[in-house]
Amino acid sequence: MTRYSPSSTAESHEIVVLDRVTKRFPGIVANDGVDLSIRSGEVHVLLGENGAGKSTLIGMLSGLQQPDEGRILVDGQPTPITSPRHALSLGIGTVFQHMMLVPTLTVAENLLLGGPWWQRPKLHLLEERVAEITRSLNITVRLHAKVSELSLGEQQQVEILRAMVRNSRLLILDESTSMLTPQGIEELGALMRRLVERGLAIVFITHKLREAAAFGDRISVLKLGRKVGEITPARLRFLGEKAAIAEIVEMMFGKQTGDPDAKRHAGTFTRPDTAPLLRVRDLSVTSTANSPGLTSVSFDIRPGEILGIAGIDGNGQKQLAEALSGQLASSGGSVSLDGRPIDPMNVGQRRAAGLRYLTDDRLGEGTVGAFPVSINFFLKQVGEAPFWRRGLDQRGEIDRRASELVREYDVRTPSLKTPVGRLSGGNIQKVLLARELADGAKVVIFNKPTYGLDLANTLATRQRIRDSAARGLAILLISTDLEELLSMCDRIAVIASGRLVGDVRNQDDVRTTVGRMMVGVAA
Amino acid sequence: MSVEATGRAAATAVDSGPPRGGSGFLHRLLMTLGPILAALILAGAILLAVGVDPLAYYGTVLERGLLSPLGIQQTLTRMAPLLFVASGLIVAFRAGMWNLGGDGQFLLGAVTAAASAPLLITVMPDWLALVVAFLLATSVAMIWSLVPALLRAYQGVNEIITTLMMTFLGTSLANVLVKLVFLDPTTTVPQTRTLPVDDRLPRLFDTTVTSGLLLGLVAIIAVHLMMTRTAFGLKLRIVGANPRAAIHAGLGVPKLTVAVFALSAGLIGLGGAVDILGVQGNVRADWNPAYGLAVIPAVFLARMNGFAAIGFVFLLSVLSIGGESAARRVGVPNTFTLVLVAIVLIMLALAEYFDHRHNQSRKA
Amino acid sequence: MTGLFSEVFLGALLFGAVTAAIPLLLAGLGEQMSEKAGVLNIGIEGMMICGAYLGFVGAFYSGSLWLGFLTGLLGGMAVAVVMALLCVRLGLNQIVIGIALTLGLEGLTALLHHFQFSRSYPRLPAADATVIPMLSDIPVLGPALFRHHLLVYLAVALVVVMSVIYRRTQLGLNLQAAGDKPAALDVAGVDVMRTRTIAVLTTGGLAGLGGAYLANVGAGLFIPFITNGAGFLGIVLAMMARGRPVWVLFGALLFGVCLSLTTAMQVAGINIPTDVIQMLPFLAVMIMLVLFGRRASLPAALGIPYERGAR
Repeated sequence: MTRYSPSSTAESHEIVVLDRVTKRFPGIVANDGVDLSIRSGEVHVLLGENGAGKSTLIGMLSGLQQPDEGRILVDGQPTPITSPRHALSLGIGTVFQHMMLVPTLTVAENLLLGGPWWQRPKLHLLEERVAEITRSLNITVRLHAKVSELSLGEQQQVEILRAMVRNSRLLILDESTSMLTPQGIEELGALMRRLVERGLAIVFITHKLREAAAFGDRISVLKLGRKVGEITPARLRFLGEKAAIAEIVEMMFGKQTGDPDAKRHAGTFTRPDTAPLLRVRDLSVTSTANSPGLTSVSFDIRPGEILGIAGIDGNGQKQLAEALSGQLASSGGSVSLDGRPIDPMNVGQRRAAGLRYLTDDRLGEGTVGAFPVSINFFLKQVGEAPFWRRGLDQRGEIDRRASELVREYDVRTPSLKTPVGRLSGGNIQKVLLARELADGAKVVIFNKPTYGLDLANTLATRQRIRDSAARGLAILLISTDLEELLSMCDRIAVIASGRLVGDVRNQDDVRTTVGRMMVGVAA
Repeated sequence: MSVEATGRAAATAVDSGPPRGGSGFLHRLLMTLGPILAALILAGAILLAVGVDPLAYYGTVLERGLLSPLGIQQTLTRMAPLLFVASGLIVAFRAGMWNLGGDGQFLLGAVTAAASAPLLITVMPDWLALVVAFLLATSVAMIWSLVPALLRAYQGVNEIITTLMMTFLGTSLANVLVKLVFLDPTTTVPQTRTLPVDDRLPRLFDTTVTSGLLLGLVAIIAVHLMMTRTAFGLKLRIVGANPRAAIHAGLGVPKLTVAVFALSAGLIGLGGAVDILGVQGNVRADWNPAYGLAVIPAVFLARMNGFAAIGFVFLLSVLSIGGESAARRVGVPNTFTLVLVAIVLIMLALAEYFDHRHNQSRKA
Repeated sequence: MTGLFSEVFLGALLFGAVTAAIPLLLAGLGEQMSEKAGVLNIGIEGMMICGAYLGFVGAFYSGSLWLGFLTGLLGGMAVAVVMALLCVRLGLNQIVIGIALTLGLEGLTALLHHFQFSRSYPRLPAADATVIPMLSDIPVLGPALFRHHLLVYLAVALVVVMSVIYRRTQLGLNLQAAGDKPAALDVAGVDVMRTRTIAVLTTGGLAGLGGAYLANVGAGLFIPFITNGAGFLGIVLAMMARGRPVWVLFGALLFGVCLSLTTAMQVAGINIPTDVIQMLPFLAVMIMLVLFGRRASLPAALGIPYERGAR
C-alpha cells in the first residue's frame, strides 16, 4: 500500500491513461477520442449528463468493453484490458452504478466471490482483512447480513470494501451518490479523501456539480461522448468552489447560445386564463426497492404549453410518465384530461381520450423490434378501425396510412416491411413520434425524447414537439438535458426523489436557478 | 426474485429465429434445406456405424412413407392429429408460452371423445354426435389448461414446470378414466367402448385417408391466418415478442395468457378427438402416442409458420410411417426417426446461430 | 384387503420406494445444480437415458456393476458436453436444444440397443446389497432401508455433499451468483461460462449415474425409453426444492413411495389402477404450487444465456 503513497498530488504518478479512446455502438458514438489521465492520490471527477459517455468509459476501464480505437496505458505500458478479471489483476476496482452484488448472498460471500472454485472460502482471513480495512477507513460493515437486506448506501460501502480487499490501486465510483442521502454523500466524500491519502487513485463519476467541486482534485467534463474540458488540481485550488462551479456549468451547458430560433418565449401560444388540458393533483405512487415512487405531484398544463420536468435520472420521471399514461397504478391523487377525470381509465382508454406517452425506452417497450415498421405505427391501436375491421387486418389501409406517416415524419426505412429494430435510433424515434402525435392527440408526455440521438434527429424531434404545442396540444417534456428544457419550455419544474420541487416560468435568468436545483444546490 | 422474470426472459430469449421477413425466400430455403441435408448425412453416418446402408434405409422410408399408395395414405392419415397438435403449439409458442403439456391435453381430449361419442350416437344423428364429441373434447382440454394458465397469468409461475406436471397428471388421469370410468364391459381388453367404423369420420373418396386430415389442415391454416392476419393474433404475437411492449401498448396480458392456453390446449385436445373419432375408434389403456413432444421439433423447424408446419408435419409423418415399415424391412427400429429429427433441430439451431453472427459482423 | 399392512408388504413397499427414489434423487440433485447456475436443463431426460444405456452396456460387457456406473456417468456427461457447448458457450435456446437432446438420445439408445441385442433383453445378475450391520436388523425398516446397493447410500450421502458445496465452498458461491446475478460474478473475475459449464457437466454425470442405477439395479436390464420421464421428474423436483438438496431427497422419496406403491399393490392384488397412485405426487405438487405459487423462487437469470456487457 505504501508503495503508491504520494508525497504530494503534483508528484503523483499516472496509473492509467486513456489515449484517444473511441467506442461505437449501433447508432451512436459513445466515446469519441477521449483522453484521460488517472493519477494516484487524486480524486479525478468525470462530469457529464446522461448519455455523455461516462458509463462506456467505465466499461472499458473495467474490462467489460473494448475500445474500437485508441489505447489504454497502465503504468505507462499499452495494455488492453481484456476481462473484468484482468482489470482486477491490474488493480482496477469498480463500484458500478447498478450494484454488482448478488442479492441472495451475504456480504461476506459476495466479498469472497472470485477465489479459486475448488477452494473453501477463507472466511477467517477475510474477516481479519475486513476488520483492518474498516478500522482504518472508519466504516462499519455487517459481514453476515444478506445483501438484499442492506440499504443502497451500505451496498456501496460493500463494493468499495471489495475493491480494497482486492488491493485495488484505482477505484472507479460510477454515479455513486445518485441513490444516497445527503449525509451518506458526505460520508462517501470523507471516505474518498481517506482513500486517496493512502495513495489510491479514484475516478468519481457524477453529474452533480457541487460534489464534483467539493470532492474532486481534478475534474474532466464529458459531453456527447467528447471530453470538453479539464480543470487541473492547481486551477481547482485557485478557483475555489464557487468559481469552479461556474466554470463547469459553462463547460457542461455552454453559454447562452446566440441562436434566437432555438429559444421560444414563455406564453407565446398560451394565455393564462385558458382552462388547463391536463390537471394533475396530488398524484402519488408507492415507492419500491428500486424506484423512488411519487409523492403528491400537482401541476397544470394549458393548451399550447410545454411544461418541462428537469431532474437527475431516476428521481421518479419514469414513474410520473407511467402513472399518467396508465401503465403504473397510482396510490392516490387525481388526473383529469380536458376537465374529465381519467383515473379509472386503462392505458387504451387514456390513449383514446387523447393522452399520449412517448416512452424513453424505444426498443425495450416502445416497439417490437422484429415487427415491420408499418405494424409498429399501430401497436397501440391493434383492433381499431379502420386498420382492423371485424378483427381482421386491413393491410391496404395499414400500408396506406403507414406510408403517409413515413412521408410525413420523414422515416428513413428501406421499406414498410423492414423490422423496425433494424432502423437507426433516430428513425425509430420518428416512428414513435408519428404514432403518438397522429390522430387526436391532446396531451403528450415526452420522456427524454432526444436521448441518444444525433444532432440532426435531436433538432428534428425538438421541432416536432414545438409544432405540436403550436397546434394547441399540451406537452409534458421530461428531460435530463437542461439545455433542451431551456430552449423548449414555457415552464420548468424540477423533480427530486419523486417530488416536484420547483415550477418556474422559463425566463432569461432561469438557467442558473433550475441548473442549481437540478444539481442539488439550493435555489 | 419471483418466477415471473424467468418466464418473461424465456419468452424473449427464445425468439431469435422466427419472424425475420425480408431476408429473401431463397435465403430461408437455404437455411432450412442446408441443416436438413447436413442432418441426413450425419444420421446416415450413424446408420453406417451400425452396419446399415443409409441409402437403402432412406430409400425404404421414402418408398413406404411417400411413394407407395398404401404408405402415402397412412402418412396422410397420421398427419391429422399431428396437424392439430402443431397448430396448438404454434399459438402458444408464438405468444411466448411454453406449453409442454401437449400429451396430457391430447389424451384427455381423446378419452373425452372416446367416452362420449358411442353414447351420443344413440341419441342424435351421427354428424351431430361427432360435433358434440369434438366440442366436449375441446372444452375438457381447455379446462385442463386453466391451472397452468392462471398460475402463469396471475402468479407468474413458470409454465414449463406446470405444464410438464399437468401432462404427467393428465396421462395418468386419462388412464384412470379408461380403466375405471369408461371401461367397455364387453371386452376383456381394458379400453373404452369402440365407435363403429360407420359412425366415425368419413374417409376421403375411395382411400383409407381420414377426413380428419382436412379438419387438421383447416385448423392449422386457420391458426396461421389468425396469428398473421387478425388483431387478436397480432396481440398474441406482441405478447410473445416483447411483453413489455404489450404492457406499454395497453394490452391485457393476463387475459391474453389465459386465452392462449385455452386455445392451445383446446386445439391439441381436439387433435386427440380427431384421432379417436377418425382412426382409432377407442382408447386402449396405457395408450400414449406422445405426439405432444414429437411435434415440437416440427413446429420449431417451421419457425412457427403454419404453412411451413404443414410441410414439416408431413415430413414427420413420412418419416414415422416409412420408419415403421423400414423397421420391418431394413431392421432399423423406427426410433431412428427421433434421432434424425433431433439432429435436424440441432443443425438448424446452429445454422441460425452462425447466420445471426454473420449478419452481426457484417453490420459492424 | 389381506396383507395390506403386513410386515412383508410394508417392507417390500419401503424397499421399492428407496430403489425408485434413487434415480430421481440423482437427477433432481443434478438438475438443481444447473438451475442454480442459471441453466434450465430440459435435456436431462436424454442424459439419463444415455447413462442408463451406457451404464448397462458397461456393466454387461465388463461384468462389473461399478464399471457400469462409471460408463453411465460418463455417458450422461458426454451429452452434457453437447448441451454446454450449444447452450452455455453459443447461447442457443435451452428449451429447443434440451428437447432435441432428449428425443435424439431416446431414439439413439433404442437404436443401438436394437443392433446389439436385437429383440432380446439380457438381464444383469442381481446387484449385491451392502448390508449395514446393526441397523439392518431392525424389524421391517432394517431390511427395507439398510440392505441396498452401496450406491444408494452414496446417493443419499451426496445430499449432504451438495449442501456443503452450496453452503461452504467457493464453487457454491460461484454457482449461485451465476444463476442470480451473472454480471456480478463476471466483474468479480470469475468466468460465468466456466461456472455454468461445470454445473451442466455435473448434471450430466449425476443424471447418467441415476440412469445407470435405474437400468442396472432398479430393473436389471435396459429397455428402450426405460427412464420414462424420470428426468422430467428431476426437473420438477429441482424446481420445487428451491435450491435445497434435502428437499430433493424428500421429494424423491415421496415419488418413490408412490411408484413403489403401484407395484406393491399389484403384487398384493388390490384392484386400483396404478395410475391413481401415480397421480398423487403430482397432485401434491400442483396443490402446493397453487397455494404457494408466488413464493416459488427460481434464480433470476434462469434460462438466459450470459453475454458480457450486453446493453
